[in-house]
Amino acid sequence: MNQTQEAGKLGVLTAEPAAKAASLINPSLARGRFGDALFFNLTRAFAVLTLVLLLGIVVSLTWSAWPSIQTFGFGFLTSSEWNPPAERFGALVPMYGTLVTSLIALVIALPISFGIALFLTELAPAWLRRPLGIAIELLAGIPSIVYGIWGLLVFAPVFGQYIQPWIGKTLGQLPVIGALFSGPAMGIGILAAGIILAIMIIPFITSVMRDVFELTPPMLKESAYGLGGTTWEVVWNVVLPYTRVGVIGGVMLGLGRALGETMAVTFVIGNASLLSGFSLFMPGNSITSALANEFAEATPGLYTAALVELGLILFVITFIVLSLSKLLLMSLQRGEGAKS
Amino acid sequence: MNLRTRRKAVNFLALSLSLAAMAFGLFWLAWILWMVLDLGLGALSMSLFTEMTPPPGGAGGLKNAIAGSLILVGLAMAIATPVAILAGIYLAEYGQRTMLGKVTRFINDILLSAPSIVIGLFVYAIYVANVGKFSGMSGAIALALLVIPVVVRTTEDMLGLVPNTLREAAYALGAPKWKVIMLVTLRSAKTGVVTGILLALARISGETAPLLFTALSNQFWSVDLSEPMANLPVTIFKFAMSPFQDWQQLAWAGVFLITLGVLSLNIIARVMFRKVEQR
Repeated sequence: MNQTQEAGKLGVLTAEPAAKAASLINPSLARGRFGDALFFNLTRAFAVLTLVLLLGIVVSLTWSAWPSIQTFGFGFLTSSEWNPPAERFGALVPMYGTLVTSLIALVIALPISFGIALFLTELAPAWLRRPLGIAIELLAGIPSIVYGIWGLLVFAPVFGQYIQPWIGKTLGQLPVIGALFSGPAMGIGILAAGIILAIMIIPFITSVMRDVFELTPPMLKESAYGLGGTTWEVVWNVVLPYTRVGVIGGVMLGLGRALGETMAVTFVIGNASLLSGFSLFMPGNSITSALANEFAEATPGLYTAALVELGLILFVITFIVLSLSKLLLMSLQRGEGAKS
Repeated sequence: MNLRTRRKAVNFLALSLSLAAMAFGLFWLAWILWMVLDLGLGALSMSLFTEMTPPPGGAGGLKNAIAGSLILVGLAMAIATPVAILAGIYLAEYGQRTMLGKVTRFINDILLSAPSIVIGLFVYAIYVANVGKFSGMSGAIALALLVIPVVVRTTEDMLGLVPNTLREAAYALGAPKWKVIMLVTLRSAKTGVVTGILLALARISGETAPLLFTALSNQFWSVDLSEPMANLPVTIFKFAMSPFQDWQQLAWAGVFLITLGVLSLNIIARVMFRKVEQR
């Protein structure tokens, strides 16, 4: 190998001018440089495409929703009227449904996920951790349409016949929150949708919690055990404070999933576009179920635009929730990097 | 009760509740899988694969829906995989510390969990509304948009696991960067990248929401991409919500097929990923 070639090959890695000089002499190096530039720009173009996609979603939805935004303005958010023949639309009922079902899902899923993550990280024998972890993750792999049909045809009848009457007799008798659990037990409704959402988001929250629990430095835990702490005390006073930010991030991730879930909710929420009282036993509507049921049949014009605006609202809400989740999780990882 | 026994009691209670939570989680998994197996197997027959979706109240199969689903999913993967792998390569090999890289990574992670129905709306707004009718092509595009974030993420993660010494060795032989990436880095991360593709495939196989206003559904046999196309998820949705026994039976059979497919893909992906971890 002669001297210029050697210099050139080093130049690819280090000195720009040397590489340029070498590529003038050696055509194969010039090809490599051309290939590099091409490949770099190609991959960068596709990375940019991801950004364009996000922008495209916001712009195109705003564009399509514009007639509705123009007609109803901010009143869209506060009106509970949903009247396609009269072309009067308000987002209050579907927004209420989306927020309440997601809230129910969080209230149920949060303690359960914490319990499962605790079990998987501290309690389970080593040989059981992997299979149990996979089992919970399979729960996340089941398509939402399966939850939907199961919820409608299997869960809702059982729920309406046995569990709802029991809830009505116990929680329904309490002074203030009793009103939430009153009314006929129909099985389907806001509460059933919330419960099914809870089952769906448990695996997401659990797997984040398990991952961040495992980030706790063993030294910290061992010190606490060394002081005589019980498993519970170590988790509650050491692990949880250490991973707090990550846990909140996981919860937000679950919330983001719950807000945008479509099929499972559409099957069981009951699809009533009127709000009749605040009982959770009542059927309702969520943003996603309104879209799933009405969009394909909506007449073009204001009706379609109003539905698209619902979608836009949903996207903005989930975008904010998911961004917060991501930022929290990132800050935990950064802290981890700084400490170690 | 003295302090010691109280602390022990609290600990015992908390750990019991933790065990109960675990059992609670497994209970739902078992119940759902059991019902899918029970009702799905009961509805399974050869005519599923040989007959078309029936009119209300009739008997029939899911032939057109199964074929449509395979076409939509296959096309979506064909569109999305190259795009996503190249974007993932950018993030892992060129853009780790650049602003573009950071922003793209952030946005990609958000798109990963964004509501799939909104993706359907997006494709409706830019494609279906302009063409003027629902079509198989728009369904495939919607599914492709759901694949991209998953594959970008796993490709980037897997390339990140490749040791730098491997790259340096290739550079030392005088290879240009694109050759290093394509022939060395990407190749050694191959198993992991394929895992990501399988996970994405599993995810879109059961997706219903984005197809509702793109591919819609079709009662008849059609492989024309410019026409509405039958597919399993939307057919299941339509049939399950109907009051007809025959339709509900077919819906359960469809659910069984989808669950079987999706869970097998998930398990294969996990087994493959385990190999990556062990290396």
